[in-house]
Parts: sequence; C-alpha cells; structure tokens
Amino acid sequence: MSSSAIIFMIFGLLLTWGGAAVCIFIAMKKRDM
Amino acid sequence: MKRETWGSRAGFILAAVGSAIGLGNIWRFPYMAFDNGGGAFLIPYFFALITAGIPILLLEFSLGHKMKGSAPLSFAKLGRKYEWLGWWQVLISFVIAVYYVVIIGWAIAYTGYSFTLGWGEDTIAFFVGDFLHLTEGPFQLGGFQGLIVATTILAWLISFVVLYAGIKSGIEKASKIFMPILIVILLVVLVRGVTLPGAGAGLDMLFKPDFSKIFNAGVWVDAYGQIFFTLSIAFAIMVTYSSYLPEKSDLVNNAFITALLNCGFSVLSGIALFSIVGFMMHESGGELPAKLSGVFLAFATIPEAINQLPALQQLIGVLFFLSLTFAGLSSFISINEVVISSVSEKMALPRRKVVVGYTLVAGGVSLIFTTGAGLYILDIADHWVMGFGVVLSGVAEVILLGWVLKISDLRSHFEPISDFKIGKWWEFTIKIVTPLILGGSAVKNFVQEFSKPYGDYSIGALVAYGWTVALAILILGIVLGKTGWKDSSMLETSRSHN
Repeated sequence: MSSSAIIFMIFGLLLTWGGAAVCIFIAMKKRDM
Repeated sequence: MKRETWGSRAGFILAAVGSAIGLGNIWRFPYMAFDNGGGAFLIPYFFALITAGIPILLLEFSLGHKMKGSAPLSFAKLGRKYEWLGWWQVLISFVIAVYYVVIIGWAIAYTGYSFTLGWGEDTIAFFVGDFLHLTEGPFQLGGFQGLIVATTILAWLISFVVLYAGIKSGIEKASKIFMPILIVILLVVLVRGVTLPGAGAGLDMLFKPDFSKIFNAGVWVDAYGQIFFTLSIAFAIMVTYSSYLPEKSDLVNNAFITALLNCGFSVLSGIALFSIVGFMMHESGGELPAKLSGVFLAFATIPEAINQLPALQQLIGVLFFLSLTFAGLSSFISINEVVISSVSEKMALPRRKVVVGYTLVAGGVSLIFTTGAGLYILDIADHWVMGFGVVLSGVAEVILLGWVLKISDLRSHFEPISDFKIGKWWEFTIKIVTPLILGGSAVKNFVQEFSKPYGDYSIGALVAYGWTVALAILILGIVLGKTGWKDSSMLETSRSHN
C-alpha cells in the first residue's frame, strides 16, 4: 500500500471518527448523552 | 395528545445515524470514491459535507424540533399552502419503503444461503436466475417468488414490532441494539478483509489520490449527490425524528455527530470492501471484478469473494449479509415512521392503528417487487424517485425555507439551545450553496434523461414505472396538502426560543 493511500485513509478516518469523537466528548462534557 | 419523546440523546443520535446508514454506505460510497479520484475524492466529499450535508441536516432537525410535527404538519404550520411539500416527501418515503424492504428480504435470504454457500460457483447466474427468477422484461411479472415473499414479510414483521412499540420503546430500543451490532460486524469483516493477501492493493485503489479528478466538475456533483443521499435528507425522516426531541436539545452538535458517524461508517465500509476486492484481484491474477457497486456488488461479487476465502467463509458470509440486513432495517424503520407519524397526525388516529393499517397496505404493495420482474421495476422506480423526487423536493425545501420564509427564525430557534454557535455561514449555505448544487443536479438529471433513456429499458417501462410514479406522488402530495386536518388545533402549537 502506497504512503499517499495510507495518508488519505488516515485522513478519512480521522476527519469522520475523530470529528465525531470530539463532538461526542463536547456533548458529554456539557450535557448528558 | 401528548407527543412522545426520545428517552435519551444517545437514543436519538443512534436512531438518526441508523436512518442515515443504509445500503448506500456499503455499496455506493466505496465505488464512488474509487471511480472519482480515490483519496482525492475525500476532498470534495468533506467539502460537500460541511457546505451542504450538515447545513441541510441542521435545517431539518430545527424545522421538526421547532414545529413539533412530521413533515406535513411542520410545513402546514409554516403555512397551509406549503403542506404539499411535506406530503410529497412522505410519498417519496412510501415508494422507497415498498422496494427497499425487498432488498432487505434478499439480504435475509442470503444470510441463510451463507451457511451452505448456497449461491454456488456462478454467483451472477444464481442471483438473477435461481434466486430472483428474473424475467425477460419489466412487464413480464413471472409470478411471486416464494422465498423472497417470505423474507420480505419477515422484514415487515420486524418493522411492525418496532414501530408498534413506539418511539422510545420501539425505535430507540431497536437502534440501541442494531447500531452497535452493525459496527461490530463491520469491524470483524474489516479485520478479515485487511488480513487477506492483496488487501493492500485494493486499499491502494480506493485511497491513492488522483488529484487530476478533482478539477472535474462532475466529481464535485457526485460528491454532493453522495452526501445528499447518504444523510437521508429530503425524505422527511430527520424532520420527523427531531420532532420527538425534548425542549432543550443541542441540535447543532446532534447534526455534526450524526453526519460524521454516518460518513465514518462509509469510510470503514470502503476499507472492508476494497480489501476484499484487492484479495479477489490477487486470486484472479489482477482482474478487476466486473460489478463493484449496487445490488450486484452485494449479491454477486461478494459471494464470489466469499467462495475464494481461505477460511471462515460461512462466518464472513453470514456477518456481511447480516450487516446489510441491519443497515437496511434501521433505515427502513425510519422511512416507515415518516408515513405513520404523518397519517396519524393528519387523521388524528391512534399511532398503533396506523401502524397496523400501514403495514398491511404497504406490505401488500411491496409484493410487486417480489415478482420475477421485481429487480427491473425497483431499478426504474429508484432511479426516478431518487433522481427527481428526492432532488427536486430538496430544491423546493431549501428555496422555501431559505428564501420564501425567514431562515434566520430557524437559526434563532436552534442557537440558544445548542452548545455552540454556527454563525451566518449556515444561512449562506442554505440560501446559496444548496439550491445551486441541488438545482444543478436536477437539471443534469433531466438533460441525461432526455438525451439518453435510462438503462436498456423500453420507453413504455420508463413511463410506467418511472415518470408515472414520480409525477403521481407529486400530484397526490398536492392533493393531500389541500385536504383538511381532523384535529385542526394541531396546527397551532410550536416551540419558540426567540
């Protein structure tokens, strides 16, 4: 697997799951889930 | 009548994510990325998510929450003359429900076949011949197919049990079971996929960026289209689901979480599927499988890949088709809820009575898709309902809410109750970006349709199952919008945080 493919795979995962994790963290900190 | 609410915020988010995650995440997104520049496609895709997906999701969340009603009731509260738009979206959902359930039925049947790899060596011939008994054309129905009828009824029964139990005890509980199972199953399939020989080459095909593609306008239209369809926008689902939220609900963050989890699921599906595609190419000496998207990917290419697996064939088969079943069911239930809540409100009928009546009527209509011509009719109806119904009703929605009515009213509804402010850019995306993009897609669809008729179908079939259905639901929507409400006091209540 090429390094550019690895970078974009991580980019896709980070932006989606990472972004959702940050939003969920904010939600849990400020209110109940 | 007191409106039911979700039991928890997590319950609402899981239900909304469950609605958004559907078969398209598994069989549409990976191919679209592969075909439109690989990793580079993620740039227009995420741009579309931020500038259209999340803004429209938030628009629908805030409309349903403010108006405390299904789509027809919400639009009627804005003005009786706008109610037709809600009914149009409800009827779009009805048509989607009656064919979508049959695909879930196929997935249930294939879960069973997985135990014995019952699809044999020639998976395409098995799917269209032994399983579907596909006829010569859309007008040759060829009779009901017993197994498909049985599994379709099973899908209807599951939906019935969930919807009959209500919002909190039914949809929320089911989502809390379906969604974690779906993610775990996908992760197991993904781990199996990435540990297969050739997986790296498959992932290279999916993620290696081809930046030349992102200068192509068509790729951006595809990215916006994918975002639009994947988030269940303009189906009236998100309006309905958010109407069951309690008074103080963080709508902005809910929209972000729902959209990001849905897209995250698509990326994981892409990794799982393309590692399997890479394995197939490794086994065949580099030959790309013929079908990489849609029903043939799921019901012909994947079974072929399962046949070639060195071990755990049955287990991976069962898990893959269970993932399709769960992804489909959670969306299917949400689509049904749209119709049920709308009819129940309009006719002031008890919800459970409507669930019974609706399941019987819609279940009966869906049987046409279990015939030997089911795949043809489904393909044509889907093409028209999605390409014209959903896109055009989406255009009407953003123009109505963005231009005809005061969009800042919705922003001043959701901002005080949300944890973070979204700013004026949201109004800009609703008023400018989304009408332009969706309007452009609609024009493109019309031009394509008239320059080259869809598929290899006869004009008669396209008129009967495509144009007629698309026009009939619009006209019926307008008619329903003109009929009276059994309990007109429903039109008077809404929430206000201004």
